[in-house]
Amino acid sequence: MTDNPVDVGRRRFLTGTTVVIGGLGAAAASVPFIASFQPSAKAKAIGAPVSVDIGKIEPGQRITQKWRGQPVWIVRRTTAMLDTLKALDGDTLRDPGSDESDQPDYATNAWRSTKEEYLVLVGLCTHLGCSPSFVPEAGGETMGSDWIGGFFCPCHGSKFDLAGRVYKGVPAPKNLIVPPYRFETDTRVVIGEDEGGAS
Amino acid sequence: MNAVVKQLTGFRDWVDERFPLIQLWNDHMGQYYAPKNFNFWYYFGVLSIVVLAIQILTGIWLTMNYKPDAELAFASVEYIMRDVEWGWLIRYMHSTGASAFFIVVYLHMFRALLYGSYQKPRELLWVLGMFTYLALMAEAFLGYLLPWGQMSFWGAQVIISLFGAIPFVGETLSLWIRGDFVVSDITLNRFFSLHVIAVPLAIVGLVFLHIIALHEVGSNNPDGVEIKKTKGPDGKPVDGIPFHPYYTVKDSVGVIVFLVFFAGVVFFAPEFGGWFLEANNFIPANPLVTPEHIVPVWYFTPFYAILRAVPDKLIGVLLMGAATNILFLLPWLDRSPVKSIRYRGPIFKTALTLFVISFISLGYLGTQNPTTVTTWMARGFSVIYFGFFLLMPFYSKMDSTKPVPDRVTDK
Amino acid sequence: MRRILCIFAVMCWSAAAFGAGGHGPALEAANVDLANKTSLQRGARLFVNYCVSCHSASYMRFNRIADDLGLSEEAVQTNLMFTTDKIGDVMQAAMPPEDAEQWFGVAPPDLSVIARSRGPDWLYNFFLSFYIDESKPTGVNNRVFKDTAMPHVLWEQQGLQRLVTTNDDHGESASGGIEHLEMETPGKLNPDEYKQAVRDLVGFLVYVGEPAKLVRYRIGFWVIVFLLVLLIPAYLMKLEYWKDVH
Repeated sequence: MTDNPVDVGRRRFLTGTTVVIGGLGAAAASVPFIASFQPSAKAKAIGAPVSVDIGKIEPGQRITQKWRGQPVWIVRRTTAMLDTLKALDGDTLRDPGSDESDQPDYATNAWRSTKEEYLVLVGLCTHLGCSPSFVPEAGGETMGSDWIGGFFCPCHGSKFDLAGRVYKGVPAPKNLIVPPYRFETDTRVVIGEDEGGAS
Repeated sequence: MNAVVKQLTGFRDWVDERFPLIQLWNDHMGQYYAPKNFNFWYYFGVLSIVVLAIQILTGIWLTMNYKPDAELAFASVEYIMRDVEWGWLIRYMHSTGASAFFIVVYLHMFRALLYGSYQKPRELLWVLGMFTYLALMAEAFLGYLLPWGQMSFWGAQVIISLFGAIPFVGETLSLWIRGDFVVSDITLNRFFSLHVIAVPLAIVGLVFLHIIALHEVGSNNPDGVEIKKTKGPDGKPVDGIPFHPYYTVKDSVGVIVFLVFFAGVVFFAPEFGGWFLEANNFIPANPLVTPEHIVPVWYFTPFYAILRAVPDKLIGVLLMGAATNILFLLPWLDRSPVKSIRYRGPIFKTALTLFVISFISLGYLGTQNPTTVTTWMARGFSVIYFGFFLLMPFYSKMDSTKPVPDRVTDK
Repeated sequence: MRRILCIFAVMCWSAAAFGAGGHGPALEAANVDLANKTSLQRGARLFVNYCVSCHSASYMRFNRIADDLGLSEEAVQTNLMFTTDKIGDVMQAAMPPEDAEQWFGVAPPDLSVIARSRGPDWLYNFFLSFYIDESKPTGVNNRVFKDTAMPHVLWEQQGLQRLVTTNDDHGESASGGIEHLEMETPGKLNPDEYKQAVRDLVGFLVYVGEPAKLVRYRIGFWVIVFLLVLLIPAYLMKLEYWKDVH
């Protein structure tokens, strides 16, 4: 080795600069790898909005449409069904005003939809993701005499009303999710898009 | 700042009480003494590790989206190239890395020929390296089937059928490798498993053993002088310097320069004129139609040329195998008392030059359609290629030598 | 040592030169311009009007074409999408492949990466080299792709050519008579206009073959600039530490 004194300051500076710039490079190089996890163009295409014909749904009937791999329900509610909603409030429901739940702005009203007649919901229980059953008739042996009609999840017993709002005293924490949707015509609904065309 | 340093030091000490962290660091980096006269040829070891890391990282990411199914494989590669965010970059890094791996490894091996790095006491180091090289060739061959293009399919078909040349067991062996009567979805699936996990594990294990073996005997150097023979009052080789910081710092420069070339290819010429990504491989595999011009990828062409030069299928296969495996014997074929080419005589220098010319020429001939002239040329170069090894016991012993200094030189 | 490196360098050079050689008739350069979005747009329209009836490009999505070629989704929907209405879909052929195989004898190949396997020059010359051949079911043959099953979809633009063999000066048809194509029935476009249209179409195919090509040059430039910048302190660091040695 030489006998010249070591310029520690210069070494620290050069090492520091190299490490910092190199570190920035490493961080930049990691971006493609991390970004590649994002939904691919194919996933986005498959998850694209879906147009549904609702003209043939009978009053009181529910149809199911797959969107982004999930079941989306469209229920054509009768006036009787809508009336059941009026009896329910903060005594029986966990979140009657949908303040804690997930829905677009146009579904934060009492019947949780743009048009009263048609209810659009993501058919997955907000507890652990099972798909609840549609039990529109009141009473009955399985549900008991108190049942006024709604959705019942068989996995852990969560109950929802005919606007998808969750009852108190069941494991599910929130109302059923309302997806973005809009009416293309009176008989066609596009699931996955808001009125402005955004999704 | 001091508090942070204190925390980190404390954590290091906690680990060190339970795991030989500091000792490992000293033995292999901080107090591992390497010769101070490493030159250009000594970058290729660390570059091999860098390329291995790139291949593993990009390989893991490709496996997230690749589908090892004959119906889906080709499409899944195009899916990665187009639909997956940044998929094209990950794919190009992997395809360029495959060729870069062989460039770097061939130059790394050539260094050993130049400086006698395979000689005693580094024979085992050389043997471990050779096993790693064989594993690398297997890995490349297995990986090349995966895109399921025309070259993938037919290249695999041809190479596996070479095993059929082996007497008695040949056909059964080929059937066993393929898992089917022709290269099919079944072959693809098992090649996928071998390429993604089995062989990479073997390579990583072999590289680990290779470095342990290296650190046991210490590196050779361009003068072929054993630096451990001359130690200073502190017990350290006078011609040695600690790997860290001197070679960590020097190698980082080498790595950056390498990355400049690597990036140049990845971003500006990933196909590299059809040498790294072949045009015919953009045609989906068709078992009914063979492309006009099948050649293996460039890094296999020297051995392919030797195979084709021999008119007999079995002997051709054996010679092709011998061409790689004869390298194992180098430590025992070389009878020179001197390690480095700097102190060897004209016979060895001529022999090595002829070897390089024949290796490159064979490589080129392997890419061309065989004609009478080129076949005879390939035969000639094959003779030179084998001659380099088979005659070595004689010419290495009778070659003149220059006196080897006790200390490394500044060249 | 230096001698070996020089020989190695020379051999690499000559290998590259040799490796570039091709087979078949000499190919005129296509000279596609990927930076010219208007050319690519014209090429896209040609592709959709003349090719997609039989050939799919099943790895190319319409919304990607919209983004890369600077077209609105509506423009793409109106002008380029005939077989689907979803902008995220890929370009599928109108004709079912089984029918195509029956009618043409061979399924028209998917064209997503044809520019990468055949190369732009081959494709360019392919479209310039159709000529009348009454012995074929399509009525045409092609100098670049002998006995192709593909009809000359652009015959209205180019016109129809005939393959003519000129005799040598002695008036005899020597075995090495020179073949060339002569226009028999002119089309809507003159030769230069047609060449530009083919250039547009081939340019579009090159783009479809590798959409990432549009970005990788730009990103690569900055990556290399970054690495060269990083090289400076790294090299100075190396020099500084290595003052200790020797």
